[in-house]
Amino acid sequence: MTPPSTLPALSAAVSRSRDLLEGRRRFIPVSMAGLVLVLVFVVGSLRYSGFLDPQVVLNLAVNNSFLIVLAVGVTFVILAGGIDLSTGAVLALSTMICAWLLREGWPPLLVIPAALLAGTAIGLAQGCIIHFYGVQPFIATLGGMFFARGLCFVISTESIPISDPLFSALAQTRVPVLPGGASLSLGAVIALAVAGAAAYVLHRTRFGRSVYAVGGSESSALLMGLAVGRVKVGVYTLSGFCAALGGVLYTLYIASGNGLHGLGMELDAIAAVVIGGTLLTGGFGYVLGSVIGVLTLGAIQAILVFEGTLSSWWTRIVAGTLLFAFILLQRALAPRAAR
Amino acid sequence: MRSAQTRRLVWPLLVLALLVAANAVATPRFLEITVRGGRLYGSLVDILHFGTPLLLISLGMTAVIALRGIDLSVGAVVAVAGAVACTLIESAAEPDSPSAVAGAVAAALAVCALLGLWNGFLVAVLRIQPIVATLILMVAGRGAAQLITGGQITTVRSAPYREIAGGSVATVPVTVIVAAATLLLMWLLVRRTALGLLIEAIGGNAEAGRLAGIRATGLTMAAYTFCGLCAGLAGIIISANTGSADGNNAGLWIELDAILAVVIGGTLLTGGRFSIAGTVLGAIIVQTLSTTVYTMGVPPESTLVFKALVVFGVCLLQSPRFRAQVAAPFRRSGPPRPPSNTATPAPPEEDDVKPEAASIADQEPREVRP
Repeated sequence: MTPPSTLPALSAAVSRSRDLLEGRRRFIPVSMAGLVLVLVFVVGSLRYSGFLDPQVVLNLAVNNSFLIVLAVGVTFVILAGGIDLSTGAVLALSTMICAWLLREGWPPLLVIPAALLAGTAIGLAQGCIIHFYGVQPFIATLGGMFFARGLCFVISTESIPISDPLFSALAQTRVPVLPGGASLSLGAVIALAVAGAAAYVLHRTRFGRSVYAVGGSESSALLMGLAVGRVKVGVYTLSGFCAALGGVLYTLYIASGNGLHGLGMELDAIAAVVIGGTLLTGGFGYVLGSVIGVLTLGAIQAILVFEGTLSSWWTRIVAGTLLFAFILLQRALAPRAAR
Repeated sequence: MRSAQTRRLVWPLLVLALLVAANAVATPRFLEITVRGGRLYGSLVDILHFGTPLLLISLGMTAVIALRGIDLSVGAVVAVAGAVACTLIESAAEPDSPSAVAGAVAAALAVCALLGLWNGFLVAVLRIQPIVATLILMVAGRGAAQLITGGQITTVRSAPYREIAGGSVATVPVTVIVAAATLLLMWLLVRRTALGLLIEAIGGNAEAGRLAGIRATGLTMAAYTFCGLCAGLAGIIISANTGSADGNNAGLWIELDAILAVVIGGTLLTGGRFSIAGTVLGAIIVQTLSTTVYTMGVPPESTLVFKALVVFGVCLLQSPRFRAQVAAPFRRSGPPRPPSNTATPAPPEEDDVKPEAASIADQEPREVRP
């Protein structure tokens, strides 16, 4: 006869291993995204010599620094169960404000906070309209997108070049990260720092945990006594700030202000977030995934550049296919409640 | 039912009347309609003529939104339709023969219906969220359109094809006839059969619809297919208008304009009750807005700001909370409230805690038809 303790111990072990599996399950989408990124690199390095050059790898972050920042902001919104269509337009507005104020002779150290403030204000306004008046996020941020893009063209319909010494100095600053001369631009460092800070906020602060709670179930969060309104307004404000910061980085990257900058970038950001394994229904996902998503899109573009003969539209087709694959994967893995 | 529906149309009608009146005051010739060369001309005709693609897409979008969905891919489908039609006409032996044009248009429409069916399949069978499911085609569709045209802007000189946008039958532009025919077809299908009721039932409450024995899967796929077909028709008109297929820019942002038109028309994005007349009004308002900006001499670059203000205005007007706040000062002077209301400062029809609940409460209780 078996000792009486065996059965409970066994069932405890089973449930523990199931918990472990369930716990790991959460990481499958993110790790799949990472796997795809690695796969893209393997394909790239097999086909082209020099693809795995450290600088090429780092350039992914350099060339997509603004998109990383955008995607981080959008991650917050999507985690809270919303959507933000205004990020690309706010990015453009931010480049426009930078270029315009510099042309007007403002000191550069005032220009950057002004641009950040404008984006944050638009995000805050959107958040308030969404929360206080119950307007759907889709429509409210669509209005925000029209508004921000329109403001760009009100400022100027032409592209405004930037020749400020501080801006060019910032743009040319390189931060060495690897021995052998491989380096990151200041923008990329800021972008990665923003991603790190976002991960900290999401997992280690009350606001971050509330974001997940609100995204999981708004009414439950409300009944738990969480500050749902603060979270909802907060994520849109944060997304507006991130879009504005992305705009400043884009200004550094491209040295001009133009109302046509970042056309369709809001969708790139959303696609990157989805590829990174975040559920659009909210409450599930990681900032790391969004960064991986951006880098994956960037790596595909890098391959197209290396290939040379392939045309740019293949990026879209491949991105669409990837999106499809990841959504199917999410469908297969997501717990029933999240579907 | 009828009075509730007409009440919903009051706001959009008022906005449209205001826009037209403002235009008529600013440009005296605005309301003038003349016949030149066997075709109607005038600002009002132009609004209908250039608003046709938007109207067509908005109609398709109404069906999708009524089913609690959304179709972001219509802009990409517009590009695909133009690309397919123009490439086929270009490669035809006789680009000027009506049969070649008809074949190309039919092929383009078939492709678009297939794309719509694909969206419907993702949403109804694989049960992917509509925003995401259609985002796939939105991202990939423009790439596919450019793939078809080889990245070039394909131009066609085929006369019958250009007739689709430029021609007229009994002085009425062909585009307006196409729009009217589609509208009539949709109205007959949806309001003269039980289809509309079924759509509203599923859109309003999917679970209740299922329990009532409605087959949501087929209906949803049909709605997305219809939306794809409408987008294809719009794409052909847009490309016939310019005589070219531009994979990058054809129908750019038209999905957002169409969603805007539907929302202005009073159909809620949360699904359920929809209004075809409202959507028509919404599409005409959006188009009139663009025309107004041009005729009034507002710098065209501020069109978007204008549009944004209208979006916010309409959304806020539709928000029960906003209406309550605006109405509050006027209500105080009204008849005394029943004592149960004095305890809460908010009017009874709104939910103080959850905006979502408020928007649901906004829908009037559905009448049960025998």
